Amino acid sequence: MNKNNSFLNRLFMVLVFVFLYAPIFLLIIFSFNAGNSNTVWKGFSLDWYQKLLRDRLIIQSVYTTLLVSLLSTAIATVAGTFAAIGFYAMRRKVREPLMTVNNIPMMNADIVTGVSLCLLFVAFFNGWGTFAAWFNSLGLFRLPTRLTMGFGTLLIAHITFNIPYVILSVGPKLRQMDKNLVDAAMDLGCTWMQAFWKVILPEIKPGIVSGALTAFTMSIDDFVISYFTAGSSASTLAMTIYGMTKKRVTPEINAISTLLFVTVLILLAIVNIREARQERLREKRLV
Amino acid sequence: MKNKLSRLTIPYVIWMALFVVAPIIMVVIYAFSAADGGFTLANFAKMGTYAVVFTRSFKLALIATLICLLIGYPLAYIMSKEGPRFQRVAMVLIMLPMWMNFLLRTYSWMSILENNGLLNQLFQKIGLIALYNNLFGTDLQFFRMMNTQGAVVLGMVYNYLPFMILPIYSVIIKLDPSLLEAARDLGANTFNVFRRVILPLSLPGVLSGITMVFVPSVSTFAISKMLGGGTELLLGDLIEQQFLGGAYNPYLGAAISLVMMIIVVICMAVMNRFGEGEEQAVMM
Repeated sequence: MNKNNSFLNRLFMVLVFVFLYAPIFLLIIFSFNAGNSNTVWKGFSLDWYQKLLRDRLIIQSVYTTLLVSLLSTAIATVAGTFAAIGFYAMRRKVREPLMTVNNIPMMNADIVTGVSLCLLFVAFFNGWGTFAAWFNSLGLFRLPTRLTMGFGTLLIAHITFNIPYVILSVGPKLRQMDKNLVDAAMDLGCTWMQAFWKVILPEIKPGIVSGALTAFTMSIDDFVISYFTAGSSASTLAMTIYGMTKKRVTPEINAISTLLFVTVLILLAIVNIREARQERLREKRLV
Repeated sequence: MKNKLSRLTIPYVIWMALFVVAPIIMVVIYAFSAADGGFTLANFAKMGTYAVVFTRSFKLALIATLICLLIGYPLAYIMSKEGPRFQRVAMVLIMLPMWMNFLLRTYSWMSILENNGLLNQLFQKIGLIALYNNLFGTDLQFFRMMNTQGAVVLGMVYNYLPFMILPIYSVIIKLDPSLLEAARDLGANTFNVFRRVILPLSLPGVLSGITMVFVPSVSTFAISKMLGGGTELLLGDLIEQQFLGGAYNPYLGAAISLVMMIIVVICMAVMNRFGEGEEQAVMM
């Protein structure tokens, strides 16, 4: 391809990057502001970071976010990998409609996914209430009659929207795999389990890793679906931030942003440097 | 061998039936139900009173999508002409903001667009506001930017621009260089190479970019609430109000959600149709 960009082209590129980053840098700068404002600079301080670390609501929601993201990623990765292997082994006619259903949570607008799960949970809890009342009247032992949305429903929702991403990234790796490998392993005396652990798993490992990473990112970043499925007892960081922006502007949010931005920056830097190094190693080996 | 392995999907198929299919069936049931449980079409009839919200949502989402396309396509194209090292860094830079929650990114615009916010301070300093007042004989202290439709569109563009850049870029970067060479050898100038080769071949990326920007834009509720100040209600806000807001009416909310789902299905159908056609064209 033609490798020269004119000055104007480069300027355009710079402007877009300024547009993308100026708001983030402003957040970061004002997180060190001594005053209670996002627009007037009153001198340097770390007050907002101290406030942040003492804010129990925020610490609690960071904990909820990490817990729900890690749990849902772990469950979705295992479940998604098995499901992907199953899909791979299926006949096309059965697989295609199932894959369409699998794609629904990825394609659908977040708000519709959230609302539909919310409706399901509420309907189920109503039904459960009636059932538990009837069961308690039998006098065997007591069931709780009033269930509400909380961490459990939040986790179910996250698993549901995470699995498709795992399947999406494991599926292609399976299709790239040599079909005869599994058969060969079995011919040579492997059991099903051995064939899975020793042949299939190493082949699809990159897909599993990238699927898990995508799922984790989706979970951490999600606001809309959590908002509709967490009820009032559990709150993720995104939900807490939303609540804070609704009430009053507080520079604590800036401090959160800065910490998140730095974390992401470090993670991305590590990933990219590692990738670059591996690429260089591969090139060397080829030479 | 294959049939045994395919049993591995059974747990997930049950999971999907419970948490993907059943919720959608719930939406459909609620959309056609009255509060007393009987069948009704009243929920859809009621939507007529919110026609303003529908048109506003579509208008703002379409404008945001168009702006994203006008910025995103040239950017993807220009980026693809840079060296590999630069491209790698640029891609990371474009994805990096996406890793920060969109609420934080939207929140930062609140303090930029405020009446006494940073942008207005800047305009004041460089004398833009005074110039405007002189030109139009007005007596403004600031430009009103928060709580306008413009601010909502800006929020959409800012949040979803990477969704437009990435698919277009990934299609352009995979174009076969020999095709471009062939076009040039056959006498096409730069403009014609772009118009007759690059543009048609990058159409699948454009279509998926459009979908990826339009669907979240038309269904957003947080952006409009934060930058529109609750005055510029969108479809997403309307749904949210029916479930968690003051106007509790899950039946109406479900009906609007159903409409939203149909919009998404139409977007997908259009994309698949053109997308497949393009793939065939590439293969030929």
